[in-house]
Amino acid sequence: MAPLEDNRIFSGVYGFFQGTLSAPEWLAYFFGGFAVIMTVVNGFLLIGTIFTWMERRVVGRFQSRLGPNRLGPFGILQAIADAIKLLFKEDIVPRRADRLLFNAAPIVMLAPSLMALAVVPFGAGSYVADLNIGVLYVVAMSGVASLAVLMAGYASNNKLALFGAMRAVAMLLSYEIPLVMTLLGITVLAGSMSLVGIVGAQGIPFLLVAPLGALIFLIAMSAELNRPPFDVTEAESELVAGYITEYSGMKFGIFYLAEFSNVVLAGALFAVLFLDGWNGYFLPSHLWFLLKVFGFLFVASWVRATLPRMRIDQILALAWKYLFPLSLVNLLLLAAETIAWPDPSTAELWLMAAINWVVALAAVPLLAMVGARTPARPRRVGFPQEVR
Amino acid sequence: MTTAVTGNELADTVQRRFPEAVEEASEGALRVAPDAIADVCRFLREDALQDFDLLSSLTAVDYVEYFEIVYHLTSIARNASVVLKARVYGREAPALPSVVGVWQGADLQEREAFDLMGVTFTGHPNLKRMLTWEGFQGYPLRRDYLEPPLPYTWPQGG
Amino acid sequence: MTTHSEPTIVNIGPHHPSTHGVFRMRLTMDGENILDVEPVIGYLHRGSEKLAEERNYTQVITLTDRMDYVASMTNNQAYVLSCEALAGVTPTERGMYLRVIGAELQRIVSHLVATGFFLQDLGAFATPLMYSMRERERILDLFEMLCGARITVSYMRIGGVFQDAPAEFWPALRRILDDFPAYIDELEGLITDNEIVTYRTKGVGAISGADAINGSLTGPVLRASGVSWDVRVAAPYDVYDRVTFDVPVGDTGDNYDRYLMRIREIRESLKIVEQCVAQIQPGPVRATNAMLFRPPPGESYVPIEAPKGELGFYLVSDGTIAPYRMHVRAPSLINLTLMKQMLVGWKLADAIVSFGSLDVNMGEVDR
Repeated sequence: MAPLEDNRIFSGVYGFFQGTLSAPEWLAYFFGGFAVIMTVVNGFLLIGTIFTWMERRVVGRFQSRLGPNRLGPFGILQAIADAIKLLFKEDIVPRRADRLLFNAAPIVMLAPSLMALAVVPFGAGSYVADLNIGVLYVVAMSGVASLAVLMAGYASNNKLALFGAMRAVAMLLSYEIPLVMTLLGITVLAGSMSLVGIVGAQGIPFLLVAPLGALIFLIAMSAELNRPPFDVTEAESELVAGYITEYSGMKFGIFYLAEFSNVVLAGALFAVLFLDGWNGYFLPSHLWFLLKVFGFLFVASWVRATLPRMRIDQILALAWKYLFPLSLVNLLLLAAETIAWPDPSTAELWLMAAINWVVALAAVPLLAMVGARTPARPRRVGFPQEVR
Repeated sequence: MTTAVTGNELADTVQRRFPEAVEEASEGALRVAPDAIADVCRFLREDALQDFDLLSSLTAVDYVEYFEIVYHLTSIARNASVVLKARVYGREAPALPSVVGVWQGADLQEREAFDLMGVTFTGHPNLKRMLTWEGFQGYPLRRDYLEPPLPYTWPQGG
Repeated sequence: MTTHSEPTIVNIGPHHPSTHGVFRMRLTMDGENILDVEPVIGYLHRGSEKLAEERNYTQVITLTDRMDYVASMTNNQAYVLSCEALAGVTPTERGMYLRVIGAELQRIVSHLVATGFFLQDLGAFATPLMYSMRERERILDLFEMLCGARITVSYMRIGGVFQDAPAEFWPALRRILDDFPAYIDELEGLITDNEIVTYRTKGVGAISGADAINGSLTGPVLRASGVSWDVRVAAPYDVYDRVTFDVPVGDTGDNYDRYLMRIREIRESLKIVEQCVAQIQPGPVRATNAMLFRPPPGESYVPIEAPKGELGFYLVSDGTIAPYRMHVRAPSLINLTLMKQMLVGWKLADAIVSFGSLDVNMGEVDR
């Protein structure tokens, strides 16, 4: 598997250990790999941290106020201050909480997004591993997050936390399906599940070729990330903090970081799948990648500052009644186009793009009928009796 | 301008319907017997000529020999208002019928009068203390209320 | 296999980011659906009615500020009008105009707070809230010019107001009156046609007009249910009979209508202030300056249209310098009467939003 040895960090550290220290090969390999992983993970978490700062400033500017501006120029050290504060806080575990699950939940929340990083290419030839089932791997990793939410909500011994967790699980499971369908469509279009291969197959960015897929991806991903308008799980105005109510100190910090890092991961995925990855003119590929990711993050903050929250039954109705059929339509359309033009030239790609845009513009008003379809009628609930 | 219906005007109408109800009619208010208050209120709300459909305010005043319950009624359609009163004598267990069946808006106001003055409204579905806590002794708004010594006032535990 | 289900009892509050003060709701729920609701209040009870019996009439004005602490001017106005009715005092012309200007500006402030927090409850992450607060700050600066305080103003006195508006007040007021309509348009543009807001609030928590009257609801809540009853029109006090304004009325009485009433009332309040500024004449601002106000024995109840509903002080005087009994007809408390009817059958998310749409202030509920 060529790439790892081509990786400069790996080969540098490997060479150092094997040559200078005359260490056995397995040790050199271990440290080389470790260096690569450290770079990737720390870089990712650093961007996640920068995103927490960026979101607060962007949302603040949208609300006609400054965001954090005291610590460092433009308040950029705010995230570090928050981390230090959280480290000093008392770690409270509720008396009757399920200790093992309670302590494990933050780890289960953060670990999968770090693992999903393994397949994301950050620049030309810059990735940890190029799995040829990259998309499947990423989907599998993101599914573990719902487990963490349920663990946290259940183990907190707090009814409101459990409410948040239940809502979260219902929502996360429901939105997996349109998400996966969309990714399937992209896979069909690109002819490969490997993320590197998908970037390579984008003659013109898939945002233009498959706009419906991009839209569904954005909506489904917002729901997966618990971002507004789908943030029912941590609805501050209803459930205090949902499933993370009982967490304090660094465990809360890890949840907080995991939430924002997931958004960065989603941004990276969006950039790879729809915005043509690291390609671009003049600037180095890593910089293009970062720019695209930050563009996504800005839009995410923008949406957060603007839209109110939807109700859980409306969210589920949106997933099952609208996004799921639309994602099927998207898949069908892309599959048909791939059969018609198996190896599309640029002109044929533009033709596909035109067809897909027409369909997308027809689909959006369809989505807008959601509200009219979920009747806001109270269910006259009598209490459910024993069911045999 | 809202016409303030005087007690005198209303006295005749009420007298005809409820012969022993009217105790005293004055310019400011109509005082009725406490037992008849619920019936008089129902009449005032349902009768087409009176039509007092909005209960503006319900309160109790402690005039040491008696408690006076004061009802301010408003008629939205006629733009008129009237004041009804009922006197309940005795401080141990003052009681009179509740008007929750007539206006649901009396619900919380009667609970407050019970909580702070100790007047019981018979027929009220949920006459519990509201502003003070469960287990509070005494009726704070009475003229002779003295705060009990300190260890009592704060409930034990959480 | 048998499945046994039980209702869950969830307690919202009193420590909660979204209960508009210390308020507790015990909800009996079946999953996400509400079966029963029991509001528990009294966490902010300070015994204002009892305290009023120990203070002279002018000192009680400071107590009234702190009841509905978001709208102190109208609290003052209601109390002072009741006192004047006790003794037959007529306030001065300029005093009345300044009172109405203060009350209408206060109405705008209260409705801005209500709207901002209503959107916050809906989850709009404080953006409309920040916009409302920004504009509210400008009006609070005006109050500071008038009387030195922003929130608990104690501006009104028996017979008028306590001091005249300073010279810099009028140009500042003029600037606000010029800027506000555009600002309300901006706020309304963000909210009124927003799909998510309409999906979440239309049809939710509807109360019919007949139920509303029977439940003694008043204010924007009553008008949203279709009943056109505004005390400023029905029983005008101060100079409300000399200004013209519309009374917005809704149709279904759902959360959306209640929100809409408040936005429209802000526009009407701006009209009233404009007319008062045009009509006001120089003159004394206070009729009596007696050291102690000693009304003859009697009682009075003068209701006014406060931002939250019909507010009135029932005062009983025994001829001394302090009231014998003061009872506050608190609109926020009485508007809670129909909570069960509004909430049962809906979901937990709707409970918070419906409660927010009632615009309840715990200072007034508990006094």
